[in-house]
Amino acid sequence: MACALAIALDRPMTFLDCDVEGANAHLFLRPAMHSREEVFVPCPMIDADRCDACGRCVKECQFGAMIQLGKKVKLMANLCHGCGVCRLVCPRTAITMTGRPVGIVHSGTAGPIRFYCGELRTGEALSVPIIRKIKEQRDDLVIIDCPPGTSCPAVESVEGSDFALLVTEPTPFGEHDLRGMITVCRRLGVPCGVVINRSSGDDAIIESLCGAEGVSILMRIPFDRKVAEAYAKGGTLLEAMPGIKDQLLDMFLDIERLCR
Amino acid sequence: MTRIAVMSGKGGTGKTTAVASMAWYSEGLVLADCDVDAANLALTMRGRLRIKDDYRGAFKAVIDDRLCVECGKCEVNCVFGAISEFQVIDIRCEGCGACKVVCPAGAVRMELRKSGEVFVLDTDRGPMVYAELQPGESNSGKLVTMVRRLADGLSESDGLDTVLIDGPPGTGCPAIASITGVDLILAITEPSRSGEHDLMRLIELAHHFSIPICVAVNKWDLHPGLTGEIEESCRRLGVMVVGRIPYDPNVNKAMKAMHPLPSLFPNSPAALELHRIWKEIRTGAMERKGSGVVLNLE
Repeated sequence: MACALAIALDRPMTFLDCDVEGANAHLFLRPAMHSREEVFVPCPMIDADRCDACGRCVKECQFGAMIQLGKKVKLMANLCHGCGVCRLVCPRTAITMTGRPVGIVHSGTAGPIRFYCGELRTGEALSVPIIRKIKEQRDDLVIIDCPPGTSCPAVESVEGSDFALLVTEPTPFGEHDLRGMITVCRRLGVPCGVVINRSSGDDAIIESLCGAEGVSILMRIPFDRKVAEAYAKGGTLLEAMPGIKDQLLDMFLDIERLCR
Repeated sequence: MTRIAVMSGKGGTGKTTAVASMAWYSEGLVLADCDVDAANLALTMRGRLRIKDDYRGAFKAVIDDRLCVECGKCEVNCVFGAISEFQVIDIRCEGCGACKVVCPAGAVRMELRKSGEVFVLDTDRGPMVYAELQPGESNSGKLVTMVRRLADGLSESDGLDTVLIDGPPGTGCPAIASITGVDLILAITEPSRSGEHDLMRLIELAHHFSIPICVAVNKWDLHPGLTGEIEESCRRLGVMVVGRIPYDPNVNKAMKAMHPLPSLFPNSPAALELHRIWKEIRTGAMERKGSGVVLNLE
C-alpha cells in the first residue's frame, strides 16, 4: 500500500521504510542506492582497572545487561538499552559511554522519491534506534512504511505523523490487531483511517469496529486469486490491479482532509 | 521436552493457521502464542480459562511535582527523550531509572505498571499460553520470555512433551526471545519477493544462533516459479524444505469461522499438507530434542 501510494502520487517526496526487521519497500520501488550510514547506540565500556565490582551498576540496570562474575562486571551488549544509568551510578567513574553499531541506514532515489530504509544487524534485538535514525529525514511529504505490531517499533514509526493509514483484512485476526493499532494512534494523538485489504464483499467485522471507534474506511481492495497471483509476481498493487491508481489518488485527497 | 517454533519473518504468511491446524492433528501438546503484539491463536483455538494474570513488565518514571525543583537534570540524562517540562512522557519511557538516579530532590519514583495480561486456556488439545501486550507498550521480548516459561512449566506439570510456539513476525527482540532454546524452527513463507526476502533474514538469524530451521512455502501455487527459486535458495543454504501448502480458499473460511482449518475442512488440500508437515517436523524435532541453543536473554 505504501509503495503503491508513493508511485501513484509520482511527485517529489521522501519514503521511509521503518520496517527494519523486514524491509521490503526497496523490492517494489527499486531505488538506486547511493549511500549507507552506520547506526550506533550508546553503550557502556567498563574500565577494568577502575572497576572494583561493587555491583551498583548490576543492581540499577533494569535490563539485566550487567552481570557480576566474581570480581568482574561484564556487559551483555545485546540486552543493553544504552540508557547510561550504569555510568551515572558508578562511584569510581569506571564506566564511559561509547557507540555500538546496531545496523545501517541505506539511502537512494527512485525517480522523484528520496528513499531510506534500515537494516538491523542479525541477532540485534532493538530496532528502535534505527527507526529513530531513519526518521531524522524531513520533507513536505513523507510516506512511512511501518512495521507490524503495536509495540515499540510501531510506536516509534507512527509517532509524530500527521496521519496513519491502517491496513487490515476482514477477518477476526485483522479486526483484533486493528483494534490495537487504533488504540496506539489514539495514545499518540495521530488521526487514522482504514484500508480493507482482501475485501470479500462482507466486511461487516471491520465496518462495525470502525463505526464504533469513529474511524473512516478510506478504501477497499477486493480479494481474488488473480490479484494474489499478480501480487506474488512482485508487482505493486498498481500492476496487480490496473485502475486502482485513481482510487489511491482519491484516497490521498481524503487523507489530506483528515490530517491534523 | 520438544520445542518447535513456527516463524515467518514477514507477517501474514499463515503461521497461526499452520499452528492451529498442526495442534488439531496432535494428540496433546502445549501451545504458546508468542506474537504478543497481535495474539491471534486464541481466536482460533477456543478453551476454558485456567489462569489469567497481569503482566507487570514495565517500570515507568513518575515525577512528584511537589518535590521537583525543576533543575532539568532528568531531561538531560534521559536518552529516550521521555521527559519534557519536568513531566514524563509515558509512551517514551523505557523505565531505566536514569532520571531517578540523577534527581537531587528525590522527586522521581519508579512505578511497576501493568502493561499486559497473560492467559492459560485449556483447549481440547492441551493448555495454551498467550499474552496481550497493551497497545503501545514496550518490553515485548520480556513478555515472550514469560509466555515461554509458563509453557515450559505446563509441559512439565501436565506431562505433555511438545511445546508448539506461534512466533511473531520480524527478527528483533520478540522473535529472538521466541526461538531461543527451541529444537526446530518451522519457517512459513509465501512466494512473494517480500516473503522471500524476510525468510532469508530469518534463516540468517537462525544460523546466527545455530538453531535448526526448515521451511514450508504457503500458497506455493500462486507463483510456482518463485516457489522454485525460494526452495533452491534454501537448498543452497542447507535448509530443508518440508512442504508446499497450496492456496486454499477454505483457509480464509476457517479463519472467519474462528476454527482450526482441519476441524471444518478435514479433506481440504491445505489441511492435508499441514498434517503431513506436522508429522515430519515433529519427528525431526524429537530427534533433535535438547539440542536447542539457549541464548542469554531476559
